[in-house]
Amino acid sequence: MGEGLPLFAQPTGLDEALDLAAKYRPLVLAGGTDLMVGARAELGPGPVLDISRVAELKGIAFSADAITIGGGTTWSELVAADLPCGFDGLKAAGLEVGSVQIQNRGTIAGNLCNASPAADGVPPLLTLDATLEIRSATGARRMPLAEFITGNRRTRLEPGELVTAIQVPRRLANGRSSFLKLGSRRYLVISIVSVGVLLIEGGGRVAEARVAVGACSAVAVRLRALEQALLGRALVPSLADAVEPRHVAGLMPIDDVRGTAGYRRGAAQELICDALRTCIEGRAGGMA
Amino acid sequence: MKPEPAPIRFRLNGSAVSTDAPPAMRLSHALREHLGQRGVKVGCDAGDCGACTVLMNGAPICSCLTALGQAAGAAIETVEGLAETDPLAAKLKHAFHRHGAAQCGICTPGMLMSATALLRRNATPSTAEIENALGGVLCRCTGYRKILAAVADADGVETTASIETGHAVGARVKRLDGARKLDGSEIFGADDWPEDALVLRCIRSPHAHACFRLGDLDAWRRANPGIARVFTAADVPGRNMFGTIGPFIDQPVFARDVVRFEGEAIAAVVADPETAWSLDLKDFPVTWESLPPLVRIDEATDAAAPQLHENRARNLLTEGRVQHGDPAVGFAEAEVVVEGAFSTGFVEHAYIEPEAGFARRAGDRIEVQACTQSPYLDRDEVAAILGIAPEQVRILPTAVGGGFGSKLDLSVQPFLAVAAWHLDRPVRMVYSRTESMMTTTKRHPAQIRMKVGATRDGMIRAIEFHGDFNTGAYASWGPTVANRVPVHASGPYHVPHYRATTRAIHTHLVPAGAFRGFGVPQTAIAQEQLYDELALKLGMDPLAFRLKNALSGDKPTVCGQVLGSGFGFKACLEALVPHWRRARAEAETFNRTSGRMRRGAGIAGMWYGCGNTSLPNPSTMRIGLKPGGRLALFQGAVDIGQGSNTVVTQIAADALGAPLDRFDLVGADTDQTPDCGKTSASRQTFVTGKAAFLAAQALRQQILRLANAGEDARLEFSDAAITVIEGERRQHLDLARMPRDDRGFVLLAEESFDPPTTPLDANGQGSPYAVYGSGAHIAEVEVDTDLGLIRVRRMTCAHDVGRAINPTLIEGQIEGGVAQGLGMALMEEFFPGRGENLHDYLIPTIGDIPPIESILIEDESPVGPFGAKGIGEQALIPTAPAILNAVHHATGIRLRRVPAIPDRVHAALLALKEHRHA
Repeated sequence: MGEGLPLFAQPTGLDEALDLAAKYRPLVLAGGTDLMVGARAELGPGPVLDISRVAELKGIAFSADAITIGGGTTWSELVAADLPCGFDGLKAAGLEVGSVQIQNRGTIAGNLCNASPAADGVPPLLTLDATLEIRSATGARRMPLAEFITGNRRTRLEPGELVTAIQVPRRLANGRSSFLKLGSRRYLVISIVSVGVLLIEGGGRVAEARVAVGACSAVAVRLRALEQALLGRALVPSLADAVEPRHVAGLMPIDDVRGTAGYRRGAAQELICDALRTCIEGRAGGMA
Repeated sequence: MKPEPAPIRFRLNGSAVSTDAPPAMRLSHALREHLGQRGVKVGCDAGDCGACTVLMNGAPICSCLTALGQAAGAAIETVEGLAETDPLAAKLKHAFHRHGAAQCGICTPGMLMSATALLRRNATPSTAEIENALGGVLCRCTGYRKILAAVADADGVETTASIETGHAVGARVKRLDGARKLDGSEIFGADDWPEDALVLRCIRSPHAHACFRLGDLDAWRRANPGIARVFTAADVPGRNMFGTIGPFIDQPVFARDVVRFEGEAIAAVVADPETAWSLDLKDFPVTWESLPPLVRIDEATDAAAPQLHENRARNLLTEGRVQHGDPAVGFAEAEVVVEGAFSTGFVEHAYIEPEAGFARRAGDRIEVQACTQSPYLDRDEVAAILGIAPEQVRILPTAVGGGFGSKLDLSVQPFLAVAAWHLDRPVRMVYSRTESMMTTTKRHPAQIRMKVGATRDGMIRAIEFHGDFNTGAYASWGPTVANRVPVHASGPYHVPHYRATTRAIHTHLVPAGAFRGFGVPQTAIAQEQLYDELALKLGMDPLAFRLKNALSGDKPTVCGQVLGSGFGFKACLEALVPHWRRARAEAETFNRTSGRMRRGAGIAGMWYGCGNTSLPNPSTMRIGLKPGGRLALFQGAVDIGQGSNTVVTQIAADALGAPLDRFDLVGADTDQTPDCGKTSASRQTFVTGKAAFLAAQALRQQILRLANAGEDARLEFSDAAITVIEGERRQHLDLARMPRDDRGFVLLAEESFDPPTTPLDANGQGSPYAVYGSGAHIAEVEVDTDLGLIRVRRMTCAHDVGRAINPTLIEGQIEGGVAQGLGMALMEEFFPGRGENLHDYLIPTIGDIPPIESILIEDESPVGPFGAKGIGEQALIPTAPAILNAVHHATGIRLRRVPAIPDRVHAALLALKEHRHA
């Protein structure tokens, strides 16, 4: 790092942002709702790249086969957007991210890059088969969300890279979806368990099912065996009866102040049942 | 060379501003430090409390999580900008004032900003919409209900009726100090400092138990040029020790050689603000030798355990004991016996205002301005620490952004005083949230064993009780808990044979001290659940059982004290009977058709002695009549949000016969206001209120004598004269002609009041308190039996307050007490070293508090002013056991450990299922 170091850069264009990211390996600041928590009076040390003004990171684009959400879209913007029902679960999750204050600043890409095991955005985005667009000064790549987060607070994001967008296939965007979150209080609470569900109907039956669970392993996961078990079943509330303990046996929750591992696993099963019923009843969910 | 950063420009409350502060600075910090917006409160720096909420382009954001640079070009609005000229803001503030929605006021700016954003886009929000909008702002005082009501009534009609002279007591007088809590101008601990003040930060132990050696402090100082000085134990001029109760004072200002809990201070560094805030204290030169800590009571009391304090064998700080009758005889008579073991964890006060203040030296005197509940204690302790006379110390209490007992202890004061004394420059300090939670006192974790026996006709015969309290590394108020609990463990019931013993035990954990109820809330969780069990075993209705055993004025307490008139516990229970019948019936009806969701209603009673236990705790009140016809009320009782500024004035006004708006409040300030004792033990309305009553009466007598008038004369105050009216006779006392004393007053009265108590003998027999408050709560809950989630649906709370001096403020105390009791029951447990923040340590949000109905019983105390009793702690005590009893009614489980987090509830439900199948 040398002369002319921008202490606090606020580019408005993506190319400039990527150049700065490549050059200075700065702290990347978007909504700040995670990054600022550890700071003292000011963020640092070292240069800060504020990407909250980058136009290309904003907005939601619709194409024939995908819906693309700018990485810098805030939760409030997402919740207010006119999106098909496959996003109902994601919107419900957005309404439970921290508080209104947090939703007004925190971004979707930030939620993914922060990679908390309890990140509320991750289970619904897993059910939506979300793919991340990742760019750097030297190139661009795409990566499924399921591969992007590798552990507690760990991702495959390389220095100099930014998550510029999250893309969801149209096919899933028209599914029914829901999200449920279990916590010890109503607002501003870290999930004990969170569940995202997405169902695609075909002739009154489950043509495709996606179920993802957060806060019950280092990385939120989809439950493939359960998804298989749901296929072909009638799309009625008793669909939840198909959920069995073996479907959640693979979850690896931890013991912490919010709950024991055993409780989490059992609660995950209950919450999945509730989320399926919620989804079938046409509700988006929220707090359990 | 770094380019010169451009100033950051934005619109602040409608005006263009520009600042040279660094763009990476927290916006909250920049607004407070550089732009004069001290109405922006900082509670956590983590987005967990919402106190720093400002509007950015109309949307509420946490200014602590936003970088200043991100505000460039934006429109920022703070509470200072909610002008009276903005009709919506003005109406909202008036509604807050009218409803008593601001208590301490520290969360109020965040609440007002959030509510403003809501009301601008939705003038008639539903309850759910209000809750969603305010869910990100924590309040620890109000229980949120009055905030909810104020926002819903923002468009409501302002009450303008003035209060008639002589009718202040009993009126819903709006908080006299309320306006400044609503416009951002209230001064809390962190909100005022001299321009040239340096900033102090503490170096604290990362170990619960360790020896340490300081390294080369001079070299470290030289490496960090902004540092003015580093202070250690060697720099304490007087006694390197502070505490709260004379014989037990044991906590070093700076530890020497050994630390006894994680977070204990070993040194302080003072520097210019920028240096101080950016210093990495991990570089501080110290070497640690970590030692195994004692954490549990059984470890600490083991004969082989190391001793924390030289003269406290087996780490026993103190014991308490009350015995009445003969429990052996009582249990022999008992036909039904229940018993149980109960445990509770540390509970954090979680006020939104971290400890803060500043000190400055003035010649041979020191001034300390900080948030505190006990100015005179601070004065005497600071004097001892500096080795000077108490008169050389001036304590200026700021507004307190929530106290609940923890701000009875010193926090920033010793550090600030030592530093300012040596440097002869003002020094300020603000605790971080982590520092506040890591180092200030907590509610004592309790382990309680209790056994209750009754005859088949439902009369309690005997109780045996033992409680062990983990008092942490230093004494603080441990002795008070150990002494108060045995007096209260019977609850407000007649118990002929009783033995209660307690111990306060030291461990290498954060000191436990005073927290709303001094151990009685923990005790009530055991006592009221066992009474429930006993009632059910006897086949009796739980409320009927309590009514049958309710203590009345003609029967002795477990201390042998006969209370006489003015103890209204029975009336509280009777008032709850219709609510109880409805609640139980509704729950049972619901459960007939419900499987997974189960509802229940539970009840719990309480009593609580107002004031210190058998110890003197006088208050002194002074009222001066000024030549301009106004009254100076020297009000030394610190108003920590509970409302003593208002209540004490109401009492004084009616006792004197003067209108409320004639009074000017002076203080609290140890140079000006006489000692009104501590804001603790639910004593200010009762003790200070009585002193105000006596002082006002004395002043009235002086006036009547001057006019040669009788007791029933009416006084009229004007700026020039007092007119004394007796029938047709009107006498004018021309104030300008009256002689003035050296303070400039034409008349002055000063009176003290100390509640009449007697010492307790070896068996705890005597009269520990002159007045007891009592009451009972009904909780209605719903339990999700699949997830173990408990939701409280409604609380109905009856309290005997003697005389409701200000019903709005009393309701505020009850609602706030319920919120803390609910938190204790369902979510609050502090784990030292693992939860020093407000996202791991959860307190209730606006969405967790149900409707609360307060029923005020006025069984006048013969001692209290106008018959009044305390309510502050009373309100919290029965909530948790009422909720737990309701959970039992709903599901059949007994929860003997709190908090009842979903995990534990679910485990208990499973165990019950297995038990029923076995």
